[in-house]
Amino acid sequence: MNRSFIARNPSVLIFLSILALFTLLVTLLSEGFGAGLVSTSMVKTLGKTLCLCLIAVAMDLIWGYTGILSLGHFAFFGLGGYMIGMWLMFERTRQIVVTSLSEGVLPPTPEDIQAAIGNQIFGVVGSSEFPLIWMFADSLVLQLAFVVLVPGALAFVFGWLAFRSRVTGVYLSILTQAMTLGLSLYLFQNASGLRGNNGLSGLQNLPGVTAPQSVVSLWFFWASALALALGYLLVAWVVSGKFGSVIRGIRDNEARVRFLGYSVESYKLAVFTLTACISGIAGALYYPQAGIINPAEVAPIASIYLAVWVAIGGRGRLYGAVIGTALVSLVSSWFTGGQAPDVNLGFYTIKWVDWWLVLLGLSFVLVTLYAPRGIGGLFDLVARKNPGEGP
Amino acid sequence: MSTLLEVSGVTVSFDGFRAINNLSFQIGAAELRAVIGPNGAGKTTFMDIVTGKTRPDEGHILWGEKSISLIGMSEAKIAQAGIGRKFQKPTVFEDQTVQENLLMALRKDRSPLAVLLFRPSVPDLDRVAELAAEIGLTEMLLRVSGELSHGQKQWLEIGMLLAQEPRLLLVDEPAAGMTLAEREKTTAILTEAAKTRAVVVVEHDMEFVRRLNCKVTVLHEGAVLAEGSLDHVTKNKDVSVVYLGR
Repeated sequence: MNRSFIARNPSVLIFLSILALFTLLVTLLSEGFGAGLVSTSMVKTLGKTLCLCLIAVAMDLIWGYTGILSLGHFAFFGLGGYMIGMWLMFERTRQIVVTSLSEGVLPPTPEDIQAAIGNQIFGVVGSSEFPLIWMFADSLVLQLAFVVLVPGALAFVFGWLAFRSRVTGVYLSILTQAMTLGLSLYLFQNASGLRGNNGLSGLQNLPGVTAPQSVVSLWFFWASALALALGYLLVAWVVSGKFGSVIRGIRDNEARVRFLGYSVESYKLAVFTLTACISGIAGALYYPQAGIINPAEVAPIASIYLAVWVAIGGRGRLYGAVIGTALVSLVSSWFTGGQAPDVNLGFYTIKWVDWWLVLLGLSFVLVTLYAPRGIGGLFDLVARKNPGEGP
Repeated sequence: MSTLLEVSGVTVSFDGFRAINNLSFQIGAAELRAVIGPNGAGKTTFMDIVTGKTRPDEGHILWGEKSISLIGMSEAKIAQAGIGRKFQKPTVFEDQTVQENLLMALRKDRSPLAVLLFRPSVPDLDRVAELAAEIGLTEMLLRVSGELSHGQKQWLEIGMLLAQEPRLLLVDEPAAGMTLAEREKTTAILTEAAKTRAVVVVEHDMEFVRRLNCKVTVLHEGAVLAEGSLDHVTKNKDVSVVYLGR
């Protein structure tokens, strides 16, 4: 009982080793490193997948361990992306503007520069004024802090209201859907100050960096792998001790935990907020690799996909969430990316772009029926571990 | 003997139905008490009120030497103040080991941050082992509690209650579904616990109540019908009418 938590949870070490090996392998084979076996776009896809795995780990903490089926965590993911996107877009536009204005006869005043940046960024929504929320967009440090603080604050306020009123189960799930839908609809408005349905774009270009995308993509890939490793470690540590006992207790019998003297609402709020912060970080790493973020990203369906990934991978075991997410999201991008060959049945041609969702739905049903512990649960059968123990 | 819990004039209605009707009840600091009554007499509602799950419409509930009012306190706060509750159905965390169950119940700081940083010390583990011995689950300490028998789960839950070190134990039908030997052991655990704290046992089974050999409170239609020794209350005319219909 008093051994270090790594020693008690060998799966953590195994996971970290596999992640490190995978990172090394992709790096060595990447275009940016010279081998060229893994294309730059593939590196980006893999990097984005790691970010999705990170939010899946957060989802597993809130759903698999605490029993709160949140269907709104992509709101936090998206907010994280928007926060870093604001700085990326502002700073890059500023550099372009300064360069072009300095070719003029008169040196530009700060007002000129500000107006020109505003014109560049907000011209698309028919404005050139900087909205108030862009006040700190010139500060990388502050925007990085917002990546964690803004999703955290939203989760705290939402969670405080919802948990205090003892909203549980499917009602809470519906509320979280409403939250992410509300955010999405708000961001779609031009007046939201985040360029409406255009979203923020050009995020793959790091300001002041001249290195080619093949190299930059590797940086983000490494950062994503590191974030996933740290997030995994943190969550595994959180669930390993008595805190893990309490939240699993909340999942299995909330009333009993309450009568043991634990303030269930505080625990739920703490976990909800922590997972929102992790989701924000995952989003902040994801969108620079995607290059663009728009309000459709926080549409309710995104968070539902997240739940499907975690369910297929196996709730209540962190590696399950990672495996499920990596597998399903990669297979999904293969099918929907038009790479999968169409199947000609003579009378009908199966186009995977259309039929992938049917396949996903079917596999979800099959997993729920025949492998309720998901893919991760199969490892337990092999390892003959007690169900539901350890991360 | 000083009064630990004093319930006076409490009334609760659910959609017009008076589940508890002007109920008054007192218990001392180290006392064993059995609460009996037919179905629907309000036994479980009474427990719900004391533990903060249900808020009474009227009346007072005063706790401890300082006579703190329990009305309006959250379940968690009331539990921390020293009231432990055992449910009718054994509710232990079946996914977790006996040790984890007991560690969670151990009287410690219950704030999320303290719990997050908590790592069991040697005295903590000794205390858990001691409790496990008391409830006869020493060999089961590292087993997942879902594997325990019905009786063992009941004991584990009593053990978790003892780990909380409550000053008042509310126990709902502890002997339900137990074999004779298990009942004897449960009686022993409860009478032992009542030496240092107040224990309220809600029970249907007269034979088990006789075993407990303590003062009995008879509830009927949400109010106290009779109080005294078991022999005294069974001779009471009202009680035999309620129980036997004559």
